[in-house]
Formats: sequence, structure tokens, C-alpha cells
Amino acid sequence: MMVGSKSSSEAARLVTPTMLVLWLVLATVPLWITRIGLYPYLGIEILIWSLYAMAFNLVLGTAGLPSFGHGAYFGIGAYAFGLCQFDIVANLWICLVAAALAAGLAGALVALFISHRRGIYYAFMTIAFGQIFWTLAIKSHRITGGEDGLLKIKRLPANFGLVSFDLTDNVAFYYFVLAAFAVGVAALWRLVHSPYGRVVAAIRQSETRAAHLGYNVWLYKASIFALSAAVSGFAGGLFAMAQLAAFPDVMSLHQSGYVVMMTLVGGGLVSFWGPVIGVFLFLTARDVIGALTNAWMLYFGLLFIAIVLFRPEGIAGAISAALQQHSLNALRQRGTSAMRLLVGGGR
Amino acid sequence: MSMLEAAGVHVRFGDRVVLESVDLAVADGEFHGVMGPNGAGKTTFFNVLTGRVKPSRGKVRLGGEDVTGLSPHRIAAKGIARSFQIMTLFDEFSARDNVMMGLPEFRARGLDFVHAVAGDRRFAEQASEALAAVGLVEKGDVRAKDLSYGDRRALEIAVALAQAPRVLCLDEPTSGLGSDGVQRLAALIARLKGKLTIVAIEHDMEFLFSLADRISVIHWGQVVARGTPHELQRNDWVRRSNLGKFA
Ligand SMILES: Nc1ncnc2c1ncn2[C@@H]1O[C@H](COP(=O)(O)OP(=O)(O)OP(=O)(O)O)[C@@H](O)[C@H]1O
Ligand SMILES: [Mg+2]
Repeated sequence: MMVGSKSSSEAARLVTPTMLVLWLVLATVPLWITRIGLYPYLGIEILIWSLYAMAFNLVLGTAGLPSFGHGAYFGIGAYAFGLCQFDIVANLWICLVAAALAAGLAGALVALFISHRRGIYYAFMTIAFGQIFWTLAIKSHRITGGEDGLLKIKRLPANFGLVSFDLTDNVAFYYFVLAAFAVGVAALWRLVHSPYGRVVAAIRQSETRAAHLGYNVWLYKASIFALSAAVSGFAGGLFAMAQLAAFPDVMSLHQSGYVVMMTLVGGGLVSFWGPVIGVFLFLTARDVIGALTNAWMLYFGLLFIAIVLFRPEGIAGAISAALQQHSLNALRQRGTSAMRLLVGGGR
Repeated sequence: MSMLEAAGVHVRFGDRVVLESVDLAVADGEFHGVMGPNGAGKTTFFNVLTGRVKPSRGKVRLGGEDVTGLSPHRIAAKGIARSFQIMTLFDEFSARDNVMMGLPEFRARGLDFVHAVAGDRRFAEQASEALAAVGLVEKGDVRAKDLSYGDRRALEIAVALAQAPRVLCLDEPTSGLGSDGVQRLAALIARLKGKLTIVAIEHDMEFLFSLADRISVIHWGQVVARGTPHELQRNDWVRRSNLGKFA
């Protein structure tokens, strides 16, 4: 969303140089991750949560709408993936589509009720709906397994007709998730740089103006929410495969808060890549600092507070200011005004 | 037939009546000025014309079609564009991108999430044309937020012009402009005159009296005087209230 010729040519691309470099680096992860005392499963988690956080950031960063109950859609995707393979058909592709569809429908339903709002009212309503879905997941013991979770979900083979890949091994599954992540990132990149994405970003800045230019603001706000929920659900389906189960806790308010923290710390308000950076930091901090002290969340929480108060451009903002010589001040201003729009309700 | 017509528009906020009964008929290609004291309800009247406020009584017609109470985006799509008294721009977007959002071609593609905006040169080209009309073409890449006050005012109008509207409603376009800015704006309006139907709320009498075909004075919730600038200068009410002193 930067101004200037170089970045506008990037915006026109389906795959950018940054993406290629990132994917290549990520492809090497299984080769060395055990050597630094970590394990491929962490890589899987980071990729899945990154996709989820980027989907979430469509609502938070692009549309400027504070959704604090997004875990619901991630969780619904996970359950839908499991239930699809148990009750409908044990096909990977169909079950992943089911995950996205179920979460997208839930998101669309919620969007019907909240899309005339923004700011703090919007936030409260997303929390309320998130809590409803979370409660339903816990109480519908016969369908979801309640607090015990929906167990014995299988990593279905990735069948491409001629070849079929078994994904039970974590390294194989890592590469599958990386492929899904790559496709997801390219799709989201295109989405935010499409006319639709521009309109949504315009609505973030001024609903009033957008409406008087002829855009149906409600429709855009509702559809971006449903879309974000669908992609979150897709990530949730992958998460069910990763965990071999689906649990209600990802739908809880506090886990919904994680994705907000990850996205804001990473710099989702000013950068496409912010959510990925935030997820990477959060999950590695959990494993690395978490191995040393139980209080790792305390440190991350402090970091979060510091960012919200003083560095709304997040880590991505600092990095892009250093690399591309964008003025840090301009990014900080953007972060600050985005933060204000989130809580203040906009124009 | 009038291009834009309002009949008996009545607006109440709670138990406060802001517009009692306002009538207005603007011919195709006319430049119609609206004046009146602060708080007279001029902006509220624009809000009715553009769908922001639903009148409790009365009708608004565009080219003969009843558009009363339609939502803002519907009315905009039918061809009424507006600028805002309190500037309302997409601050993070460049000037060019602000204007681009106004293009009807862009709006028609608004739900397209498959193609990249930057992949379509026509958007940028058309946006540059609209910027050129207000003298902002070299500042196309500057963020709206970083533009000077005068340039932001000009951008307000460029965005509305980009909509290729049938009727353009300008809410105090000269407000806060220096004499240079006012002159540039007057030149722009002079170029548009006759090609576009324009309704402009203005406090700058010199500006209005030199450009408008007709002027309506809104006070106490209704039109208390109306006529050509020449007629209005003779109008008792206008003379007494000193509104015509510049002309
Ligand atoms: N949404 C609203 N709710 C309540 N009162 C309103 C609303 N909008 C406007 N008003 C009131 O209606 C009156 C007319 O306001 P309006 O903005 O239309 O005046 P105006 O003629 O444009 O004045 P100015 O020359 O200062 O711009 C004011 O007293 C204002 O406070
Ligand atoms: Mg006003």
C-alpha cells in the first residue's frame, strides 16, 4: 500500500520476490530446525497460525474492524475438518473446503449482525458471538466431544490423482502446509491489492466518503469478515490435521486474544507481513523462553503493551523503515491513526 | 424538467425542526448557490439530497426519478456527487488513489478481488485526468494527509468530479482557501459551468454572486429568498441582513 512505482509494480504481481525468498527459506527449515534444538512441528504451527493471522488481518488491518472473537472461525474450521472426514467423506480436499465453508458461513451469519457497526461496539459484538460459538463447542458434547475435544482426526493423504502423498510424518506435513501457506499468501496479497481490497481499505479510512462514492459499505464490511472467517477456517482445518484433534480452547476469548496480539506486535496495521512476524515471535518465544520460565506470557504481554502504547507500527514497521528507508515517523503515524480508528469508530 | 428537485423537505432531529419545508429546483447545467446563516440547515439539506439523512416529509427527485430516502451509495450511483464541508478524504491513500475510488469504472469493478489494481493502467490514467482538472496532477503520488490545506480542498472536489456525476453538490468549497485558491476554484467552476449541474453552499458572496445562475437563501428552515444574483441584490431580505454586501 506504499506509494511509488517500485511498490506498485509489486502490487501488480501475483508472486513477489519477497514471497519467493520467504518460501525458499521456509523450505529449508526441516533441514536444520532439529539442529538448533527445535522441531518441525513448531514450523507447522507457525505456518498455520501465520495463515490464520493473515486472514484475521484482513478484518483488523485492511478493514480496520476490531474482531476479538476470531478464534471461533479457526475452531469451527478444525471441527468441520474432523466431522467431514468422520461423517461425510475422508477426502483431504473436500474436508479442507468444508472447513473453509463452515467457518465462512458462521462468519457470514455473524457479519449480518455486526456490519453496520465499527469501533468498540463492533469489538463487543465479535466477542459475544465468539463466546457463543465457544460455548456451543463445549456444550455440544456429542458432536464436538466437548472439553475432551474431537479426537482421532487423521492427516488424510494429499491425493493428486497420479500421485498421493502420505502426510503422517511431520516433515511431509510441513511441506504440505508450506504449499498451502504459499498459495494462501499469494491469494491474500492479490486480494488486498485488488479493487475489492482497495475499497475495503478505503472504507477503513472513511465509511462516509466511500458510501457517497457509491460503495455499499455494509456489503464490503460483511463480505470481508466472511472471507476472513473462511480463510481462518481453512487454517483451522490444517490445525486439526496438525493436532490430530480439534479442541474448544482455540475458540476461547483468550486464545482469540493471541491472534490479536500476534498481529499487532508484528505490525499488521501497517504491513502485509506483520502477522507472520508476530506469529513467528510469539510461538518461538513460547517454546524458547517458555522452556526457561513459565512466565513467558508475561514478557510477551509487556511487549504487547509497549507496542500498543508506543510502537503501533509494530515490528514490521521498524523493519520496513530500516530496509526501505520509509520514514519510521510516517509509519508510526499510520499505525497510530489505524489504532485510533480501531477503537474510536472512524468516520 | 429540472435535473434536481426537492419539494417540501422537512427534517427533524428529535423535537428540533431543522428544515421546515425546503423547495428547490435546479435546471440541467445550472450553477445554483445556496446561502444562509450558520446553523440554518444547509448541510442538512445536502445530507437529504445525498441520502445521508432521511427527511420526515418531502421528496427529492433526480432527473424526474424519485430518490427520496435512498441510501447514500444508491444515490451516488444514480449520479449525485458531493464534497464535504469537513474534509473527508482517504488520508492514507495517495491523491491519485483517492480520485481513483471515485471513478465509475472503478466502482463497477469494486467486487473484483482477482485482478490487481496496479495491473490496469486505465484507472491511473483516468485518475490523473481528474487530478489535472484541479491542478493536482504533479501531486498524484502524495498521500492525501500530506497535502497542503488548499490542495486537500481541491482533492475533495477532484474526487467528486471523478464520479462523472449528473449533479455536483459542493459544501462550502472555498472555506479556508486563500484568495489564490478561491480564484483557482472559480476558474474551475467557470470551466464546468453549463456542462454539469452544480449546487454549492457558500459563505463567500463575491464568489457566489459572480458565478451562480441562481441563488437560494435558506433561513428558519425554508428558502426565504431566491433569484439571480442581480435579483437578490435588490431583495429586501438580503439587503437588510447584509448578505449581499460584497456584490
Ligand atoms: N445529525 C444531527 N443530529 C442533531 N442535530 C443536527 C444533526 N445534524 C445537524 N444538526 C443540527 O441542525 C442544525 C443545522 O445544521 P447544519 O450543519 O445543517 O447547518 P449549516 O447551515 O450547514 O451551518 P454551517 O453554515 O455552520 O455549516 C444545527 O443546529 C445542527 O446542530
Ligand atoms: Mg454546513
